[in-house]
Amino acid sequence: MEQESQPPIQAGGEPLTVEQALANLRQTVDTGLRYYAAWWLGRFRVSEPAAVEALVAALEDEADRAPDGGYPLRRNAARALGKLGDRRVVPALIQCLDCDDYYVRESAAQALEALGDPQPISALRALLAGGVVAAVGVPGKPHLVQPYNAVLEALGSLGATEAIPEITPFLEHEVAQVQNAAARALYQLTGDTTYCDRLMERLQEPNLQLRRSAMMDLGAIGYLPAAGAIAATLAENSLKLIALQGVLESHLRQSGFPHGGLTDEARQVLVLMDDLL
Amino acid sequence: MGATVAELIQAVEAADSKGAMALAVHQLAATQDAAAIPTLITVLGYNNPGAAVAAVEGLASLGSVAVPALLEQIDGYNYGARAWAIRALALIGDPRALPVLLETAKGDFALSVRRAAARGLGTIDWTRLTPDQAAASQAEVLEVLTQATTDPEWVVRYAAIAALQTLAKGLVKADPTPILNALQQVFQQDETPAVQARARLALDTLAAPR
Repeated sequence: MEQESQPPIQAGGEPLTVEQALANLRQTVDTGLRYYAAWWLGRFRVSEPAAVEALVAALEDEADRAPDGGYPLRRNAARALGKLGDRRVVPALIQCLDCDDYYVRESAAQALEALGDPQPISALRALLAGGVVAAVGVPGKPHLVQPYNAVLEALGSLGATEAIPEITPFLEHEVAQVQNAAARALYQLTGDTTYCDRLMERLQEPNLQLRRSAMMDLGAIGYLPAAGAIAATLAENSLKLIALQGVLESHLRQSGFPHGGLTDEARQVLVLMDDLL
Repeated sequence: MGATVAELIQAVEAADSKGAMALAVHQLAATQDAAAIPTLITVLGYNNPGAAVAAVEGLASLGSVAVPALLEQIDGYNYGARAWAIRALALIGDPRALPVLLETAKGDFALSVRRAAARGLGTIDWTRLTPDQAAASQAEVLEVLTQATTDPEWVVRYAAIAALQTLAKGLVKADPTPILNALQQVFQQDETPAVQARARLALDTLAAPR
């Protein structure tokens, strides 16, 4: 079956209210309830000040610890804050870029990208210190020393043109997904479409993970000429639809939709999407 | 020349890897022989997406003859198989699938299944029903699709709009105004630009001279 994120089922099956989610997040007895509440507030975009405040407090949680020493609640709180659009949390998320837990750093970088505030650029650049030589795997872990994908993608989305010299060497990183993230960022920072061609070539890779990753990158940067190739690559329809949504919406913004109506290009992408439903 | 259907069925049963299974299912599906139906349906429950895609294509190309067996499968307990069966039914467009497509579009918890069911409601072959039956079913489909235009997931709303567009063209006795109003509302108010754009396309298409 196709992949999709299923909401975790609340014990007892009762739907949460905002008040209940906030109470669950503030209490410290049941870590499961707190973890779920943080996810829930992000999922339903509860952006009221009390929710933002409780989530920022959760970024410093010490109670919920994973077997690997990580901080599950902090990870979820950072992700949720990325969805709420309140830029006042940027300094708190920048702090998280120094957290011992790799996944907290990754969630924070992704949230900072989503919030679109350029403040974290220097802190994000600091995570690229040492360049490709330092960007090695952590022994016994499925990840590199830093969340390079998220960092490169954030620098690209935040318009960090000053970081181009540090980003460029990552095109040659040994991990293909990191190369993709660098290509994606460099296209965003330079507008040079040869970087997109590299991503387009990845859609022909025999490895499904690589095809997925390149497809989502092309969607995230909204590269219109990739629409046909995304629709034709061998991957789940659910992911293709999300990538094509990214391509379409980027084009819609540039073409002044809804006031100007639909362009022929937009119609063509919609036809591709219809076939994937 | 090629193997018999029985041999191809055996090849599916004997496949010892996911890739070999997908290939064997693809070859079986290509026969377009009704004798392959039970095996193709069984494959839907194997948690092998490559094989399932091939099986769905095979079942869809067989069309109505596969519908009774698929409807029985829907009652089973295997959740993954159920999702694939919905997809096959959505592609076939046989009105006997209406009750299960309506129920699924209304309330399945997986968004990709709601999406497939909503799309299927737009591809029902209405000529297989009497005009009175079609009119009654279309009223029900219209209600469920209109409801689906407010689904929390954008892709389900998108599928519902695509389906409303084809429903509007196939209406037997009803006035398309409620559909046009629903599309207009989505175009003006939906929070997702891709969904608004699909509503715009539907409105443009329906307004064009036929």
